[in-house]
Amino acid sequence: MYPPNFDYVAPTSLDEALAALAGAENTKVLSGGMSLIPLMKMRFVRPTTVVDISRIPGLDDVTDDGDHITIGAMVRHATTASHPLVQEHASALAEAANGTADLLVRNRGTTCGSLALNAVAADQPGAALALNATMHAASVRGTREIAAADFFLDAMTSALAPDEILTKITIPKGGVSTYRKLGRRGGSSDYPIAAAAVWVDVSDGSVSDARIALNGVSSTPYLAVGSAEALVGSDGSADAIASAASHATDGVNVLEDLYATVAFRTHLAGVYVRRALEDVLA
Amino acid sequence: MTSTSVMGGIVRRKEDPSLIQGKGAYVDDVKRTGELAAVFVRSPFAAATITSIDIEAAKAAPGVHAVYTADDVRHLGPNPAQVAVGTLRPLLADGAVKHVGEAVAMVVAENRYLAQDAADLVFVDYEPGEVVVDLKDAFADKVKVHGDASNILLTWHGHGWWEGVIDLPDPSPGIQEAKERDDTVTVSLEMVNQRLLPTAIEPRAVLADWNSGYGSVELWSSSQIPHAVAGAVGVTFGIPSNKVRVVAPEVGGGFGVKLNVYPDEILVCFASKELGRPVRWTETRREAGFASTQGRGWVGTATITGTADGKILGYELEAICDMGAYSHNFTVAVPLLGLFIAGGQYNFPTSYALHCVVTNTQTTDAYRGAGRPEAAYYLERIVDHFAREIGMDPADVRKANYWKPEDFPVQTAIGLTMDSGDYEKNLDALLDRVGYEDLKAKRDAARAEGRLLGLGLSTYVEVCGFGPSALAGLGFSWGAYGLPTAFNGSGVVRVQPDGTCTVTIGTGPSGQGHETTWAQIVSDGLGIAMDNIEVHHGDSVDLPMGIGTFGSRSIAVDGTATFEATARVRKKAAIIAGHLLEAAPEDIQFADGRAHVAGSPDRAVEWGQIAESAYQPHTLPEGVEGGLESSVVFSPPNATWPFGSHMALVEVDPETGDVDLLEYWATDDCGNVINPMIVDGQLHGGIAQGIAQALYEEAIYDDMGNLLTSSMANYTLPVSTSLPLFSLDRTVTPTDVNPLGVKGVGEAGTIGSAQTIVNAVVDAVAHLGVRHIDMPLRPKRVWQAIQDAKE
Repeated sequence: MYPPNFDYVAPTSLDEALAALAGAENTKVLSGGMSLIPLMKMRFVRPTTVVDISRIPGLDDVTDDGDHITIGAMVRHATTASHPLVQEHASALAEAANGTADLLVRNRGTTCGSLALNAVAADQPGAALALNATMHAASVRGTREIAAADFFLDAMTSALAPDEILTKITIPKGGVSTYRKLGRRGGSSDYPIAAAAVWVDVSDGSVSDARIALNGVSSTPYLAVGSAEALVGSDGSADAIASAASHATDGVNVLEDLYATVAFRTHLAGVYVRRALEDVLA
Repeated sequence: MTSTSVMGGIVRRKEDPSLIQGKGAYVDDVKRTGELAAVFVRSPFAAATITSIDIEAAKAAPGVHAVYTADDVRHLGPNPAQVAVGTLRPLLADGAVKHVGEAVAMVVAENRYLAQDAADLVFVDYEPGEVVVDLKDAFADKVKVHGDASNILLTWHGHGWWEGVIDLPDPSPGIQEAKERDDTVTVSLEMVNQRLLPTAIEPRAVLADWNSGYGSVELWSSSQIPHAVAGAVGVTFGIPSNKVRVVAPEVGGGFGVKLNVYPDEILVCFASKELGRPVRWTETRREAGFASTQGRGWVGTATITGTADGKILGYELEAICDMGAYSHNFTVAVPLLGLFIAGGQYNFPTSYALHCVVTNTQTTDAYRGAGRPEAAYYLERIVDHFAREIGMDPADVRKANYWKPEDFPVQTAIGLTMDSGDYEKNLDALLDRVGYEDLKAKRDAARAEGRLLGLGLSTYVEVCGFGPSALAGLGFSWGAYGLPTAFNGSGVVRVQPDGTCTVTIGTGPSGQGHETTWAQIVSDGLGIAMDNIEVHHGDSVDLPMGIGTFGSRSIAVDGTATFEATARVRKKAAIIAGHLLEAAPEDIQFADGRAHVAGSPDRAVEWGQIAESAYQPHTLPEGVEGGLESSVVFSPPNATWPFGSHMALVEVDPETGDVDLLEYWATDDCGNVINPMIVDGQLHGGIAQGIAQALYEEAIYDDMGNLLTSSMANYTLPVSTSLPLFSLDRTVTPTDVNPLGVKGVGEAGTIGSAQTIVNAVVDAVAHLGVRHIDMPLRPKRVWQAIQDAKE
């Protein structure tokens, strides 16, 4: 639990941070440090340079930008959980943040940091998928936008390049969303054994659009396309919800671990998709 | 005596202001000039021969002072253990490793970072061997852990466990006869009482400073037993125990994991001696799964034979108990402690066979309750199961088989004597308080709506307050550590010339509130204010010969010693005060920090004046010695036997198997209570640890002996939001084995609780066909049990 030697820089501007990332091999971005520091202490991750972005002004805001809201790189889980804009326009993400770890971790860990790391048991990636978030990455090479659906590549792997910082995410307004999970200790806290983030748009009594994401179920979060297809165009009835839930793990390699067999986790995925949909379509 | 009486009252803990402000000094807060840091190289294999160790690169690494292997420390012998049955642990692995994480080499460097860097450069060649992890495989004894030696170290039998002392008739033939009767039913369950990681908030930590000039060593250790550690260091290095000073400062949780002498304690002393510098080692959280002992780990079958009207005619338990790879302080004695409460609170024949078996895993030893939670679990699960199978209320079955108050003293199934108990009164107090009949109706109504509510009951008796010094004959002394003391307790009470009082005790807190409780005893006896009493503990040189804190023993044994020492100081002070006041000593009363003549409150002297006189002997009456201090060693005639009744209401999610613990009630009987708040606090923590075993925790090893749950991310300790507010109450049945009438309460909550939860969850799903689910009752297991019952 003692990390090897590393360089530490704490720039006070984004440009300096990007330059530091571009100028060294094997760098890591530090925001809240709730995952990176334990990984370093176990020597599983051995960066030569750690770039701390917590002193860069302007990265810790949640803002209303017309048709979308923006969450900056240094916005902590505790802020995401309690911010009125997130609660109103992206409640799945607020709920995910509220159920992440304990208050001490939520006061330090960041929403963008969790998305960038894409840990198997993280809460945030599923919510970002369901909410169709856009990831905004910056490097000395410029900026680019990455759709959530293209961002989560595999366990602990995102589409970010080593020299990029996830500076913010944007989430389009509209629709209704929620996040439901079963945690390792039971209940709805702790790492999810299985979790469903759902977003639906309802007009004239029918579901006009839907996105259903699951995390904790496979090695990386995914959109259950078959579930959404089963729901869109329906009246959101119990039958439609049941049909959507039955497709929760279609084509997915379901994980087995200490907390669930494949059969149990497959069953849970359906249960939590159903429960989340019952919430938003009630 | 008047208003100063604080015994039995809720007194705020004296120690909390410093602890909650971060001002308590733990081992890592103690700093010595010129400290070096040690890090261990640990085995990745559970069973392997070591063919070579290359330490050259590590020795050449920056900041490294030494790299030690078995070759350097073999002459010191193995790690000492108190109950030395089985193979003792070498200080560093000597030619072979027997579990993952066994220490192979120790690196000492300028700081822990450089030490870890160098540890990564120690190259060990292993020849992996066959691994045995599963308890039944180990019991089959085909793959052996230690050479040709049997994996089965010994088997504890109830009727003949103490050779030459206890030799009772074998109850098995009688039980067999009962089984063959036409009017009896026999029920059995095979159950796992899973292995746990004790997980104190403060991992273990040691710091040694060997002074070659004085020929002495100081060792700071986060330990429950500093005197035993001092003895072990002395014996190992061949120096007298008064040249070894072991200090256990604030200890951040013990739970049994710090009731041991560990190789790292010996090795930092060795390194400090060799290098002439203080040497520190601090266990990391993950390392605690490899460097510290673990708890529980039984697989066993419990069987009850009884009649349809609930009269039990025989109870049998056969279990395989996991010792891990090596024997530590009490390893094989832990199942024996389970045997001590073999028949529990019941009057029926009991037959026990507990097989102590080694495996290629970390060693097990005492963990809060130590054998008694396991024993209570099997007994109270199978009694509940029996009640269900014969269709009787579980409370009624228990009452039908209890020892009655008039039966005491009771000779237990294994020949021990229980001095007192009133089990039915205690159970009735619980049932009345919770509204048992209404609760059952509520459960049944919910069940009719398809909700899975379950009500679980467990009652228990435990044995603690160790204890009679006659237990030394069983090896329960510190003889192996060069200290031929048994489980006595000690207390020194001294009044100083400024009227304040210093109390030193042979047992120390790891969260139990000794400083407050002991001050209450002394304040009550002397009429000196709580704020003017300081309680000192945890120093092997400055303090009286002590045994330490474990087995819920401190208050019954060291508390009594302090009570007696207080009485002696009071008696002497009355003589001095009588002399000063020209009154008879028997007319002197103590209150509000002074002594006065009965009936004349104005004829008084302050404690300071009495003490001043005591330390100026020429002012004393003839024949009275100087000083105002008493030192008492106390050994009780018997252990104590607390008991209680616990109940839980749970709801199971039928779709996910998720258990929601709705309510938890406990009515315990620990005899007289000195501080109800502290007693309740002990019960809260104990119950939480029992619930943790029932629902959350398990040390899981894979087939290769890897511990899969060494991280807190996957060991799933409960958090405060996992638990409801516990509703506590008590009955008071004082013991007469000590003048305070106290029994001890540190482990009671843990002993009573795990099976309460399992009984409740099984009750919730029994109508679906489920009869048992092994702990921890994770959603996965409960869901699977429901699925299996459907088939």
